[in-house]
Amino acid sequence: MNLTLFWMIVGMAIVTYIPRLLPLVMLQTEHWPDWSRRMLSRVPYAVLGALIFPGILYINEAIWFGLAGGMAAIALAYIGAPLILVVGGAIAFLTIIQFII
Amino acid sequence: MEAAAQIDEREINWLKRGLVSGTPIAIGYLPVALTFGLIAGSTGLTVYEAVLMSFLVFAGAAQYMALSMIALGAGAMEIVVSTFIVNFRHLLMSASIHERAERSSNKSRALYSFFLTDEVFAVASTSETPIRSHYILGVGLVAYSSWVGFTGVGYFAGAFLPGIVQESMAIALYALFIALLIPSIKTQGKVVIRLAFLGALFNTVFSIWLSTGWAVMLATILAVVVYEGIEQVMNKGGLK
Repeated sequence: MNLTLFWMIVGMAIVTYIPRLLPLVMLQTEHWPDWSRRMLSRVPYAVLGALIFPGILYINEAIWFGLAGGMAAIALAYIGAPLILVVGGAIAFLTIIQFII
Repeated sequence: MEAAAQIDEREINWLKRGLVSGTPIAIGYLPVALTFGLIAGSTGLTVYEAVLMSFLVFAGAAQYMALSMIALGAGAMEIVVSTFIVNFRHLLMSASIHERAERSSNKSRALYSFFLTDEVFAVASTSETPIRSHYILGVGLVAYSSWVGFTGVGYFAGAFLPGIVQESMAIALYALFIALLIPSIKTQGKVVIRLAFLGALFNTVFSIWLSTGWAVMLATILAVVVYEGIEQVMNKGGLK
C-alpha cells in the first residue's frame, strides 16, 4: 500500500471522528439556558429538511424523477408503512415508472 | 447475577432494534458504496486502500471528494483539511444527540459516535428519547457493514445492478429521510413542519454558493435560531 495514501486515510479518519466524538463526551449542558438546549433538540428536524431539499431534485437529470420518488415516499410514510417499506416502495415505484416510460 | 443477565438481554434487544431500524440506511448506502468502490478503482486506488478508507473514515461525501481531489493531483494534507471542513457539521449532530441520548459512559459514547453519519444521526435522533446507546450502535453497525462491504463489492463488480434499478436506488436515502420526518409530523405537528421547511429553505439558498456540508450545517443552525426567535417574539406579543 502506498504509504502517503495510507497516512492520508488515517488523517481523514481522525478529522472525521473528532467532530463526531467531542460534543458527546465533552459537553456539559446541564446548566445551559433552556433555549439553547431546546435549539439543540430541534436540530434533527431542521437537518432532515436540509438533507431532503434541494438534494432530492438532483438525483437524476430530470427534476421530476426525484419529486415523483419523494411523493411515493410521502404517501407510503403517511399511511404508516415501516421505514424499510417506504424506502423499498419508493425504489420500486421509480423502477416501474422507468419501465413504463 | 440474574439482574445483570436481564439488563444484558434488554441491551441486546435495543441493539437488535437498532439493527432493524438501520437496515433502510444499509439499502440506501448500497448504490453509493458500490459507486465509490468502482470510482476508487478507476482513480487508481488498490482495493485495500478503497476498503480501508470506508473502514476508517465512514463518510460518503468526504470520501467521494477525496477521490476527485486525488484525480486532480491534490496533496494529502489538502485532502485531510477538506475532509475536516466537509465533516465539521457532525459537531452539531453530535451535540444534538448529546441532548437526547441516555446517560452512558464516555467509552460507550466514544464507540457509537464513530458511526454518526448524517443518516445514522437522522434515524437515531428521531427515535424515542432517551435514545439508548445500544440502539445507536445497532443502527450504526448495520449502516457501516453495508458501506464497507459494498465498497469492496463495487471495486470488483462495479455496477452489477441493472441500470434502471441503480438509478431508482438514488431515491433511497431521501425516501428514508421522508419516512423519518412524516411520523414526527404526525406526533408533533407544526413544530416539525416549520423546522424542516426552514432547514430546506435555507439550505436551498446556501447551497447556491457553499459546499453541501457547510450549507446543511449553516441552514440547520439558522433554522433553529430563526424558529426560536419567532417563538419568543410570538410569546411576548401574546399571539400564541
